[in-house]
Amino acid sequence: MITLTVNGKAHQLDVEPDAPLLWVIRDEIGLTGTKFGCGIAQCGACTVQIDGTPVRSCVTPVSAVKREITTIEGLSSGLKHPVQQAWLIEDVPQCGYCQSGQILAAAALLKTTPNPTDAQIDAAMTNICRCGTYPRIRKAIHRAAGQLPKGAKA
Amino acid sequence: MNDISLSRRAIVLSGLSAAGGLMIGVPAANAGPQPPVINDGTNPAKELTAFLIIEPDNTVTVRAPHQEMGQGTTTALAMLLAEELACDWTKVRVEYASANRNSRAGGNLYGRMQTVGSSGLRTSVTMMQQAGASARERLKVAAAQAWNIDPADCGVASGKCLHKASNRSLSYGALAAAAAAVQLDKEPAIKTPDQYQLVGKWTARLDTPAKLDGSAKFGMDAKVPGMVYAAVWSAPVYGGSVKSVDDTAIKGMRGIERVVTLKDAVVVVADRYWRAKKGLDALKISWDDGGFGAVDSASLAKDYLAALDKPMFSAEKKGEPDAAFAAPGAKVVEATYEAPFLSHSPMEPLNCTVALSADRADVWISTQGPMSVLQETAKATGLKPEQVYVHNHYVGGGFGRRGGATDELAQALAVAKEVGKPVKLIWSREQDIRRDRYRPQSFVRFRSALSADGKPGVLQAKIAVPSLIRGTGAPQEWQASEPMATECIQNNFYDWPARDIEVVLKNSHVPVSFWRGVGSSQNGFFIESFVDELAAAAGKDPYAFRHTMLTRPDAKGVLEAMAKHSDWGTPLPKGRGRGMAVIEAYGSVSGQVAEVTVSQDGKLRVDRVTCVLDPYHVANPNTVTQQMEGAVIMGLTAALWGEITIKNGAPVETNFHQYRMGKMADMPPRIDVHLVPSGGPRWGGVGEPGLGPLAPAVANAIYAATGKRVRRLPLMHADLKWA
Repeated sequence: MITLTVNGKAHQLDVEPDAPLLWVIRDEIGLTGTKFGCGIAQCGACTVQIDGTPVRSCVTPVSAVKREITTIEGLSSGLKHPVQQAWLIEDVPQCGYCQSGQILAAAALLKTTPNPTDAQIDAAMTNICRCGTYPRIRKAIHRAAGQLPKGAKA
Repeated sequence: MNDISLSRRAIVLSGLSAAGGLMIGVPAANAGPQPPVINDGTNPAKELTAFLIIEPDNTVTVRAPHQEMGQGTTTALAMLLAEELACDWTKVRVEYASANRNSRAGGNLYGRMQTVGSSGLRTSVTMMQQAGASARERLKVAAAQAWNIDPADCGVASGKCLHKASNRSLSYGALAAAAAAVQLDKEPAIKTPDQYQLVGKWTARLDTPAKLDGSAKFGMDAKVPGMVYAAVWSAPVYGGSVKSVDDTAIKGMRGIERVVTLKDAVVVVADRYWRAKKGLDALKISWDDGGFGAVDSASLAKDYLAALDKPMFSAEKKGEPDAAFAAPGAKVVEATYEAPFLSHSPMEPLNCTVALSADRADVWISTQGPMSVLQETAKATGLKPEQVYVHNHYVGGGFGRRGGATDELAQALAVAKEVGKPVKLIWSREQDIRRDRYRPQSFVRFRSALSADGKPGVLQAKIAVPSLIRGTGAPQEWQASEPMATECIQNNFYDWPARDIEVVLKNSHVPVSFWRGVGSSQNGFFIESFVDELAAAAGKDPYAFRHTMLTRPDAKGVLEAMAKHSDWGTPLPKGRGRGMAVIEAYGSVSGQVAEVTVSQDGKLRVDRVTCVLDPYHVANPNTVTQQMEGAVIMGLTAALWGEITIKNGAPVETNFHQYRMGKMADMPPRIDVHLVPSGGPRWGGVGEPGLGPLAPAVANAIYAATGKRVRRLPLMHADLKWA
């Protein structure tokens, strides 16, 4: 049995040590906001946070995870996180499939870099969006910058 | 539908309406508990019309006959209906219309329900407006009956019927049941654009909140009790087949149920997807190459180029082309252009979940065409169309891949039949790229003749491109030409005194299909690059040259707006340049100006793109602007790196490490969008017209910056060094 703490809740799971974290989150725990995109850590649709750091869950074996996981479902309740608020105001998503990963990557960036420059955004935001929401993501990150309350969850 | 099947569905479909409609949007103002499940066939008493339900709490549910894959169509369709209904917009939500019900109604209730060809809005504008207007009038009649007044004395505002004289009002929610029974003598007139209050205003998407917290459900998220997972690997070469499968290595692996061998694919079925995938990767499969093992990109290019020298079908001939070339002092300009195969690569890889029983099939899928899913499922299972239920979800990107062939559906049905359980079949990204049906590789040779004063006398084009219609199942040599092959070139909107457009549909074993922008995405690059070459050969400014060739006011208006908003004509240093391109596609005129910097060692950076679109009418400027921004980004990704190469008959690129996607850092820091709707009787498309102008605008800007003309995509192959 493997113990996994996701969004503050501990799960006892009967899975192989090499099971990818992405599929464990989706199919064992049933949180489907984390998406499968490429399977080789290229696109970032599967991004979750482990202790606040963005991680591509599709290439992360479940046994390698020792700390707390935050998925999109656990970022806030009622879209209260400043990044979700900024995404709402800028009306960022198109198809929406990559946005969970984008939001978690942006939230992690703002935690370490509260007022990122465009260059810092470029460096940190390497998630692929096929619909082309990048201009709105950039605006939304600037909008959310500095608005993260102290002690925010992610 | 009987009660037994309904109760079964209630178990199966959490979050979906009983008729298979997915709740696809809750406005922020309404975020909170989900409304009761709404059904569209079993409880008609509850609905006002097949397009509309008004709940007692005044919540308005609009049934969208088109799919939401990011274009904002469902929000725009709801706006069109709500405009006529005069309801409270903050209480509007959308669900998908039922393909099953549409089928039972002979396909006449919601139309074709296809979301292809930038047609979602323009084919359903009147239908949605009429549905809203009709409901409004029936609500008024119901109110007038309650008050015993003439319906003509009844007004409406923000979800209420009003009687001013007596200062009475009734909410739509209170009137809906009575209104459902009202028969109108004649359908009411719909508004004229000057009467719009909601349509045309920047409006937040209804689907955004669900896409910010993980609650939006895509086909990939479907879960059915008792389902097993299937991982699939198809023959590397299209037309190839399975020779043998050695499954020794997966014997005893946890969760594996069985291996299913299809003609051209091997499928591993397991209790979890990752176990199925792990098993699949461990199989030893031997493949036949279908006799195409010698084909590669170079041999295909050779075939296309050879085809340019052979006789072709004449698609358009006007004026006297020969005379233009023979005119004294004529300067002949000739150039051959080339575009590669492109993969669609939507972020959500293809997937499909099916549950089959003796008298019913349920399909959960992200699709651009629920009616074709329904029909194909009926055909494959032997069930009647009315026994098939398509649960279409949010679509995680379509771009054409989910509009035509449904390869994932065919496989899921075959596997479900074999294993006798509900099956969720998921394509890996490698399968998704390798087994895509690509935008065609194509070649065009242009010739023109400039008169002594620099005016073009003729457009001659010879086009060699695969047939897209062929891939839809029509006979191989379907016909001599098809609209997608000559898009943007035939009937081109410049005033060419003579035209001579020829085409050959040149097919190979590599399957092709509709890719966002379709013919305009490569033909736009060809024609607008060549027009730029003509301007240069005539020694004229590219804007001024185009301006003298245009008389149509819409196209001229777009061109002028492009120059105005892009600072066209202001000087730039060597190594920097602006380029423009303008096309007509999907009923809209679309133009872009790119500003680029090319370093002396040949590194290209796109600094700025200015987009101008005349779609004649705009339902929601917010989502139309998104479509332009997205088209620039998808177009630039394709222009810079997009290419599927063929080796030994098979696609080489398998995932994003080889098929490169543009990321945040690769994109222009500035993309400006200007919408210039010029009105009139028709509505233009917006999803695709933004693709075609991007590549030629960038290529023409490269020419302005360096003097180098790029005639082959992608641009990564071009040597852009300058001194």
